Amino acid sequence: MQSRCATKWLGALGVLVVLLGTGGLLSADEIVVGGQCDRTGPTKFIGTLLCPGANDYIKLINKKGGINGHTVRYIEVEHAYKVDRGVEAYERIKRAGGVATVDYGTPIVYALTPRHMEDKIPGLTPGFGRADAADGERFPYIFPVAASYWSQAGAAMQFIKDQGAAAGAKVAYIYYDNPAGREPLPIFRRICEQEGYSCREFAVPPPGIEMAAAVLDITRRMRAEWVVSHLFGKAPAISIREFRKNGFPLNKVVSLVWGAGEMDMIAAGWKNAQGYLGMQFAGVGRDFPVIRDIVSMYEEDGQEVPDMVGQVYYNRGVFTAAIIVEGLRLAVENFGLPVTGEKVKMGYERITDFTLGGFLPPLSVTAQDHEGGGWVRIYETQGEDLVPHTEWFQGYRDVVLDEVRKAGLQE
Amino acid sequence: MISRESGVFQTSYEGDMALYTLPLARNTTRVVVALLVLLPIPLMMANNEHLMSIVTTIALAAIGAIGLNILVGYTGQISIGQGAFMMVGGYTAAILSSRYGMPFWFGILAGGCTTALVGTLFGIPSLRIKGLYLAIATLAAQLIIEWVINHVPWISGGAQSSIYVDNPELFGFEFNTEFRRYYLVLVVFLLAFFGAQNLVRGRIGRAFIAIRDRDIAAEIIGVNLFRYKLLAFAISSFYAGVAGALWTYYLRIANYENFVLVVSIEYLAMIIIGGLGSVLGAVFGAIFIKLFPIALDLTVVSVSEGVFGIPYQDVANFLANMQLFLFGALIIFFLTVEPEGLARMWEHVKRYFRLWPYSY
Repeated sequence: MQSRCATKWLGALGVLVVLLGTGGLLSADEIVVGGQCDRTGPTKFIGTLLCPGANDYIKLINKKGGINGHTVRYIEVEHAYKVDRGVEAYERIKRAGGVATVDYGTPIVYALTPRHMEDKIPGLTPGFGRADAADGERFPYIFPVAASYWSQAGAAMQFIKDQGAAAGAKVAYIYYDNPAGREPLPIFRRICEQEGYSCREFAVPPPGIEMAAAVLDITRRMRAEWVVSHLFGKAPAISIREFRKNGFPLNKVVSLVWGAGEMDMIAAGWKNAQGYLGMQFAGVGRDFPVIRDIVSMYEEDGQEVPDMVGQVYYNRGVFTAAIIVEGLRLAVENFGLPVTGEKVKMGYERITDFTLGGFLPPLSVTAQDHEGGGWVRIYETQGEDLVPHTEWFQGYRDVVLDEVRKAGLQE
Repeated sequence: MISRESGVFQTSYEGDMALYTLPLARNTTRVVVALLVLLPIPLMMANNEHLMSIVTTIALAAIGAIGLNILVGYTGQISIGQGAFMMVGGYTAAILSSRYGMPFWFGILAGGCTTALVGTLFGIPSLRIKGLYLAIATLAAQLIIEWVINHVPWISGGAQSSIYVDNPELFGFEFNTEFRRYYLVLVVFLLAFFGAQNLVRGRIGRAFIAIRDRDIAAEIIGVNLFRYKLLAFAISSFYAGVAGALWTYYLRIANYENFVLVVSIEYLAMIIIGGLGSVLGAVFGAIFIKLFPIALDLTVVSVSEGVFGIPYQDVANFLANMQLFLFGALIIFFLTVEPEGLARMWEHVKRYFRLWPYSY
């Protein structure tokens, strides 16, 4: 009896394997791009907002007639933040004829970098991966486009300086103890030395839920004047609460981009997060032409506009898709059809002063600089809103570019 | 006529000692190996690197799972440190290849040997503690190794803890496509598989099994516990190190985030679902754990779009989570149907056909 059951199930397994073999079919006037998503893994709170943002923008573009009349098909592949699933996702997109991809997750970007070079398919890695990938000559097919961790650290230090930090100012850097968290350290150290700040670093061990001692140290023993915070996952919310508990003014805490979402404020409690400063590489809120278009697209379809539209991570999804579409448009206009990975790469490199109505900083990507200038903007938590605190700005470009150059020489 | 046991008589010691004594088993193995060797040809013609990458991933996972099964399934020493041991192999290979220009085969061997040393070191507690207590001791291995790799810049290669390596190359032949890399992994996989098959039926394997079944009894019949427990850790870690090194050459990067604690648990799941104490079971388990999530993802998306006409996007959150649910349900289903794993299920299939069509 049991053995018969077993044979049946082995048969079912066979059917599944056959299903795997069926790849996507390509239609002529369609441009295929793909993106990875994490809706079920450790960063699902970001993925469930980011991916709909990207999809909605592609839908909007297709509704407006696509790219010079060609529709864009965006394939989303779930990988749950696992490296082997990420490789599979990339190969699946490639198999379906994808000419550009969005990679999600720092370890996955690391693992896919050699593949992008080999296949000549440009990968968009906004906010992920190694900072020195900004060097377009070393990494021709990797496009961070958004400010790298190095640029973010530079910008945070610039902000502190603009707010009046002088030599001898006490600056604390609290970071998640993983490669992404440690990445800004060289920039932080150099600027500290250059400006004569008295700096200290505080590592928060993964999973980042225990930092009472570190925060106590920062607020009571070191008596820091400024804190640069680079945390992920649940850690930013916990840090906000800890700083609050110790009576540290949150408007002296500058968080890099992954600790500045609404989710963090909700988890910490909005009233606890008042004044908290978060860095962004895309606009926040609905007050931009592109987000208003998406809202009216929902209204035209007779659908309720989801709350997430205009939120930090949703808007970052829109940002990613907007860069892809702009790259594709420039590729089609300058190099014609059929679109290939190489053409999209050159398309990306032709992006100049792309702002999307103030939604983005004045982005300019070149063959050398794949980061687009490293622009950021700081938002302040007020009430239950994130309110712009600065304009788009860059910080310590000389230091950041010098580090990029040094990383290139090391190789 | 397909040969059965009846009428098969061995007339030489070599014949009697062969890994597969039955012609049927021998021929099936030959056919499977031949299929594995020829698999890239149709895929290359269809230019299907996607499927190739999935098969390679499974083969890589199977090497690690076989290693873990030697330790957990055959010797009965529970370990949650497999991921960490793979890290050691991966970084050893990356350091040797990228900084000292060593060829990949040396990196793989050295990765295995270094990991065997580290594994033996972390296996020492097994002489005093058993079962779940040992599991916690190996959990410490996972955390300690991860921390060390992360905080010693010489090993990690800087803040990003990642070291890039070039494509592996052998006598001018570069493993620079998905199909070529598959052969690299396949050769190691076959060596690992048949090596383990032979190991577990010999003196060492029998000693392992004796220790698993009752260590005091094993000691009384003359099995040196100290030696064989540490040997089990060494062999198992060697496999882990080889798997880790291969991962590095396959991805062309060593990064510890490929082998975090979740991965160690995933490997334990592989051997439990596949069948503890079975080399083939480890392979089945690797196929199950690596293939099913991907197969489910593809199936669920195509069913949603093809059968119900609902675009994936509209129900993406639901479908992504439903896959987890289905995957969990599948694990429970297979384990309740056959608690001893897929390998035992395969035994049932074989037993059924042994007397077929005259089953009674």
